[in-house]
Amino acid sequence: MLTLKGMMTALDGELLTPEMNLETECAKFFASDLMSDVLAFIQPGSILMTGLVNTHVVRTARLVEVAAIVIVQGKRPERKVIDEAREHNVPIIATGCSMFEACSRVSGSFLKGRR
Amino acid sequence: MTKDTVFRQEFPVKGGDFSRAGEVSWEIKNLLKELGLSTPVVLRAAIASYEAELNIIMYAWEGRLVLSVTPGRVHVVVEDSGPGIEDIELAMTEGYSTATLEMRELGFGAGMGLANIKKNTDAFLITSEVGRGTRLELTFLTNGQRP
Ligand SMILES: Nc1ncnc2c1ncn2[C@@H]1O[C@H](COP(=O)(O)OP(=O)(O)O)[C@@H](O)[C@H]1O
Ligand SMILES: [Mg+2]
Repeated sequence: MLTLKGMMTALDGELLTPEMNLETECAKFFASDLMSDVLAFIQPGSILMTGLVNTHVVRTARLVEVAAIVIVQGKRPERKVIDEAREHNVPIIATGCSMFEACSRVSGSFLKGRR
Repeated sequence: MTKDTVFRQEFPVKGGDFSRAGEVSWEIKNLLKELGLSTPVVLRAAIASYEAELNIIMYAWEGRLVLSVTPGRVHVVVEDSGPGIEDIELAMTEGYSTATLEMRELGFGAGMGLANIKKNTDAFLITSEVGRGTRLELTFLTNGQRP
């Protein structure tokens, strides 16, 4: 089973929202910079991987009940965006990986964890 | 509103105010949760309300969402005063959008909104008058299977 913690390790990621439960299982993933697509196609409980860092990402994420947001390409949301995520208990993990690299690492760890 | 309405609330939405985008639909979602509706119904209503709220913010001058709940249904009426929609069929087409670059940079304006609203509802009505505004009527059945 792949946990948030395991995913963070695979991504050399950093948790931007401290003191959150990292034992949550990650089993569904969705990668997009289009919030409209997230709203149309994501399943609740998914990991949202994105290169966007504005407040609307967090608002979209909480509405569709994502398990965590992964921000790729070394981008950093502003303080107020992180605060909003903390307030709503949505973990944000930042990674320097590109979207492709992040997806490929996560999918590798996910498949390994299922074996 | 019918006599068996168990709950009714109005939520104003201001056109152009991106900073508050999502607040109304978040409130609607929490109210429906508190009323004890099932998660799939709550999510469908929340997603449709969010897209509708965004459309008021992006395209209209001002508007409101009116939520009413009866024992078997959730109703969301979305009304705005705004430019209206000239060709509704075109606006409903996935991928059609007149969103500005600013909206696209925020992650919106993919032209999926109205289609996604419709997809999430059990009944969907849209009317619009150019130069005056647009009205959506969204119905979600709270029990049983979707038709
Ligand atoms: N409330 C509204 N008032 C005026 N025009 C609207 C409204 N809602 C939608 N539209 C028009 O319909 C188009 C498609 O809307 P939608 O499917 O929500 O996609 P998007 O918002 O991504 O463009 C919009 O780009 C806009 O031109
Ligand atoms: Mg829209």
